[in-house]
Amino acid sequence: MSEASERITGSTWDVERLLDDALRPMEPPERLSGRFEDTLAAVTQAAAEELSDWAEELSESELRALRDPRNWVRPVVAVGAGGVATGALLLLELRRRGRQQTKSRLRSVTDRVGL
Amino acid sequence: MSGARENVEPASLDPAAKAELDKAFAELYRDHLKDVYSYAYYRVGNQHDAEDLTEQAFLQAYRHFDRARRESDGRPLRPWLIRIAHNLALNYYRDRSRRPQTPLENADPIPARHGTEAIAEGREELRQVIAKLDDLPDDRRDALIMRFALGMDNREIARALGRSDGATKVLIHRAIKQLEEAMADE
Repeated sequence: MSEASERITGSTWDVERLLDDALRPMEPPERLSGRFEDTLAAVTQAAAEELSDWAEELSESELRALRDPRNWVRPVVAVGAGGVATGALLLLELRRRGRQQTKSRLRSVTDRVGL
Repeated sequence: MSGARENVEPASLDPAAKAELDKAFAELYRDHLKDVYSYAYYRVGNQHDAEDLTEQAFLQAYRHFDRARRESDGRPLRPWLIRIAHNLALNYYRDRSRRPQTPLENADPIPARHGTEAIAEGREELRQVIAKLDDLPDDRRDALIMRFALGMDNREIARALGRSDGATKVLIHRAIKQLEEAMADE
């Protein structure tokens, strides 16, 4: 404790002595050890069961599904459909811009000829 | 306890390594249960929450024990354990937005080194110092709990609080000074 602090001179309180007396180590209740062991056992058991269930589920259903080439069609179709949709949107946007440019060109021509 | 359910088991260990790890953890638990409980008790101020906090701290320690042991390089693990308890205590207040309503439920310490004639007066002094301790800023109070309840030295406290040795020395010095001033104001 000597390193804890230098004594603050002039104080009427020996705070370090009081703290030494007041903050004595607390004895944990006996039930705490048993409780902790039970919790730890339950938690590790539950974790092991969850892991095993998850591994079983994955191996039996999801892994089989993932390996089946028939299930690859759907993602490929989805990517293809996405590509087509994007292309169509681009085309529409280009056509819209084209129409706008034509209109503005026509407007400038009509302005110039004074119609 | 639900938060502790994930990844509690130290993963990917062969049975012999797991048994060795569990034995080492049991030793750590035996050696430091009193430290963690004392810290938790003085930090949260009641036995029930102190038990919960202690249990949570050891569950978390178990989860990361393998790595902590490897990285500790032979240094004592007590500061690491207390740091876990310290962080849990911070969450405890943050989550529940509460602090102890009364300084400590059993704040009736009996001065062990006083003569019988001084006991009545001593008890009052001890109550006062505990009440004033509770008014200190968290880091100062924690440092004093670690120093006086757990007997940790500056280096250990520094590691537990994640500060430098120098900063910790200053922190403790200021904490004691503040406490003395608060006692003198009574």
